[in-house]
Amino acid sequence: MAAAESYPDDLKYHPEHDWARIDGDEATLGVTWFAQDALGELVHYEAPEVGSSISKDASYGEVESVKAVSDIVAPLSGEVLEVNARAVEEPEIVNEDPYGDGWLIRIRMSDAVEVDALMDAEAYKAHVAEQ
Amino acid sequence: MSAELPFHEPGRAWPPAPLIFERSRSGRRAGRPPRPDLPVPELPDGLRRKRPPRLPELSEPELVRHFTALADRTFGVDTGFYPLGSCTMKHNPRVHERLASLPGFRDLHPHQEDEAAQGALELMWRLQEILAEIAGLPAVTLQPAAGSQGELTGLMLMRAYFADRGEERDTIITADTAHGTNPASVTMAGYKLEKVETDARGNLDLDDLRGKVDERTAGLMLTNPSTLGLFDEGIEEVARIFHDAGALLYYDGANLNAVVGRSRPGDMGFDIVHYNLHKTFSQPHGGGGPGGGPVAVRDTIEPFLPVPRVVRDGDAFRLDSDHPKTIGRVRGFAGPFGVFVRSYAYMRAYGPALREMSETAVLNANYVLARLKDVYDLPYDRHCMHEFVLSARGLKREHGVTALDVAKRLMDYGIHPPTIYFPLVVPEALMIEPTETEPKERLDEFVDAMRAIAREAAESPDVLHEAPHGRPVRRLDEVRAAKQPVVRYSFDDDPALVG
Amino acid sequence: MSYLSITDADREAMLEAIGVSSVDELFEQVPPGVRLGRELDVPPALGEAELARHVEELAARNVHTGAELSFLGAGVYDHYVPAVVDVVLSRGEFLTAYTPYQPEMSQGVLQAIFEYQTVICELTGMDVSNASGYDGCTVAADATFMAKHARPDRTRVVLAETVSPQVRQVVKTYARGFGLEVVEVPHDGGTTDPDRVAAAAQDAAAVLFQQPSFLGCLEPAPELAEAATEAGALAIAHVDPMSLGVLEAPGAYGASIAIGEGQAAGNWPSYGGPHYGFLAARSDFIRRMPGRIVGETLDADDRRAFVLTLQTREQHIRREKATSNITTNQTLLGLAGLATLSWLGPAGLREVGESCLALAAYAHERVPLEPAFDAPAFKEVAFRTPMPAREVVRRARERGVHPGYALGRDYQGMDDVLLVSVTERRTVEDVDRLAEVLEEVCS
Repeated sequence: MAAAESYPDDLKYHPEHDWARIDGDEATLGVTWFAQDALGELVHYEAPEVGSSISKDASYGEVESVKAVSDIVAPLSGEVLEVNARAVEEPEIVNEDPYGDGWLIRIRMSDAVEVDALMDAEAYKAHVAEQ
Repeated sequence: MSAELPFHEPGRAWPPAPLIFERSRSGRRAGRPPRPDLPVPELPDGLRRKRPPRLPELSEPELVRHFTALADRTFGVDTGFYPLGSCTMKHNPRVHERLASLPGFRDLHPHQEDEAAQGALELMWRLQEILAEIAGLPAVTLQPAAGSQGELTGLMLMRAYFADRGEERDTIITADTAHGTNPASVTMAGYKLEKVETDARGNLDLDDLRGKVDERTAGLMLTNPSTLGLFDEGIEEVARIFHDAGALLYYDGANLNAVVGRSRPGDMGFDIVHYNLHKTFSQPHGGGGPGGGPVAVRDTIEPFLPVPRVVRDGDAFRLDSDHPKTIGRVRGFAGPFGVFVRSYAYMRAYGPALREMSETAVLNANYVLARLKDVYDLPYDRHCMHEFVLSARGLKREHGVTALDVAKRLMDYGIHPPTIYFPLVVPEALMIEPTETEPKERLDEFVDAMRAIAREAAESPDVLHEAPHGRPVRRLDEVRAAKQPVVRYSFDDDPALVG
Repeated sequence: MSYLSITDADREAMLEAIGVSSVDELFEQVPPGVRLGRELDVPPALGEAELARHVEELAARNVHTGAELSFLGAGVYDHYVPAVVDVVLSRGEFLTAYTPYQPEMSQGVLQAIFEYQTVICELTGMDVSNASGYDGCTVAADATFMAKHARPDRTRVVLAETVSPQVRQVVKTYARGFGLEVVEVPHDGGTTDPDRVAAAAQDAAAVLFQQPSFLGCLEPAPELAEAATEAGALAIAHVDPMSLGVLEAPGAYGASIAIGEGQAAGNWPSYGGPHYGFLAARSDFIRRMPGRIVGETLDADDRRAFVLTLQTREQHIRREKATSNITTNQTLLGLAGLATLSWLGPAGLREVGESCLALAAYAHERVPLEPAFDAPAFKEVAFRTPMPAREVVRRARERGVHPGYALGRDYQGMDDVLLVSVTERRTVEDVDRLAEVLEEVCS
């Protein structure tokens, strides 16, 4: 079952509809409610490899529904520490719980200053309203 | 739920259609191939098959019933109206099947010596001549197997042309309305892709274009009329922009059915053109194929055409591979010959009246458009060419009924749905191409169905959400199909089966 | 003649409904500078009877496989096409439908494609098959594109020289766009040496070999696949579907991808097409497969149903990142293949293979020419001729026998090699006649 629309206040947001939860020099990343709603029920998550590097604003993976495919854009740069295996096995978890069990990767940030450029929830909500 | 069917055969019962493997019984067979009275040599151990393939085992009566049952669950142009936009689902004359099956064609081996294949070579040469006249370009290769392979061939020709001139160009520009084959072909040809936007009238946005064409641009790929069914009114300026930059123009012939005998891609400024023989020239679509994608080019590009080419020497015809600058071969032999027989016959049946073919296609499309534009949204309010794009966004906004719902409900009216959700620039798109072979009564039935569906959207939207109601299956769980792909029969379910 | 349905009265009513006075007005959006202001310069229209006569005259000027005793093969084969194929090809629903985008309208053709995929997987020993490619050449290019993505760091593709020349030419044409260098491994006595493949495959994305080889010989296919795989390349086996009742399936000897020309199974020679190419792979490659794939699912009432699946691989969704640009494929020809292979069944396919083996061995023994290679054959045998093979072909044809394919058309140094093909449609007497004619023309 798809989650209700929400944009938690404790997250940072990227305009390509990705979120980041900052925890020291690490961050957990995922896609927003808006992104999963636009795609529909996810059937596949093509995850990056643990140990690989991702760069802010570049694609680090793909999520697919039946009729659409979307690049997942990195809101921050860093090294992939962990991939959410459950999201690989059951990609619909991203629809059901985009900010919780539906997280996609955990990274060690390479440039913490990048966080400052991300939007807060209010700014992102305004961004979504324009879509 | 049970909705009342508008279709004339309400509640038609669909008999079950078991898989051919489920009809199979061990030891049963149809064919008995000839067996010469000779010893069978032993094969080396590592090369001999250990476990036989579990092919179906059926007698001929059951085989015939199986395929008849599957045909019954399939809807073709022969069944009814099939306005699938951009696919040109016109009538396929039956004389074509008879002619393509003549032993002199059907049983002709492609390695036969040229002197023993003169009739086939002459047919191909004559087809090239007619295609060249239709495109307004002098040289034609028949080799590409389908439109998308024609595209790829065209891009390879561009690369060879620029390489020969010592120019390094790496970018191809496509329209935001382009078929997905265009960008996919660009990647396969090793080019980078740049997209240009469509303006408010449905033409290429010239300002956007001017900013994107430069010395890195190899060319443009364009469908004209576009996938919106609109002729690009600025095509002469578009051609000037590219040619001034030393770049080439590629014509995606998907929509050529709109303009045969009325306007020629070569005269529009295109340097390379592909035709879809299965669209414009009535090769039957065969449930997905075969097709044919010949390519015509300007004389400057001719040296690079694929080999072999069909040439004429006096009264004789031959296959010619002696072209040192050729891009090479793009498929086996000289192309899908059986397709050529059908399309050649089609062109010879019309002669210069091919122009009436396109005129009638345009007339039919505009008639349907005129009778539907008050009930569906029309994003570009112009006369269309051979097809047009409506939007169901009004129905979605007001009644929660989508283009998909409209498409599924049309099935209950005995009509194949149009192309939906394409082109991407139109939300809730319904892309409708009636073709020229349909009589007015069928067009009227379609219009009546579309208008009735718009009423149903307001009155009983659930009937649409749950449609179709009269087909062998209801809507499918496509998520399940994608998540746990089952793409072959497993044999595990029934131990009585072979193997 | 035309196939239009609009009467003059219809046209008047339609123009009025549109609100224009003539069809010309509808074409005003075409700028005057690009209008064709004259009639098309094409031959005049013909009625159906005249059209049939004209085209029949063209057909009559070809010498087809029924008009001479033919031993031509070399990629296209004269296997029997059963009459049940006519049932498939003559049904308007199959003939005049298009790609089954709307599954509720297309369950029949979708199910037939699912059955085709299953049959191809069974033949090749693979897990997944697509709904067909254009022909046996282009599926080789498709498989190379799959390999490029599966092995992105590798820069070459290795082709055995014993692979069909046309297949190699098409791969070379495509490989430029893929940014792959093509390396060819020469043959040794008609077959390919696995050690040479192992050496060439070190930085290759894929190795393509053909079983039986274009030269008619049985390749050491398991060793070739092993050499490719051990070097980290994908092993792509190009196989003859009609051989797979007796020859081992590529999946059983470790190939990653199995491809082939389907013509031999259910399509007439038709001067080179349309035919179908098949492409099957191990399940690891399912998301890299080109073209349509049909999958099984359930409908809203939990009934079994079939649908195009994994469409996000394809050009209409993934566009420039698609696994291929293919759209129109060869479905109808593939269904003819399904009908043929079902008509044969496992016993019939094995029998066809045994007949080919037996006749090839008989030709090997009976033809009064020296075999060009020592390796065992499946249905084609190459012989050395005492004069250019093309001259042998010319002389034999004067006696009503087409003795085969002159390999010098493709291979340097083989001007005196003739490739003789036998299928189950040839008889002992046919081979005797061939031997007799070759004796006459070569002495």
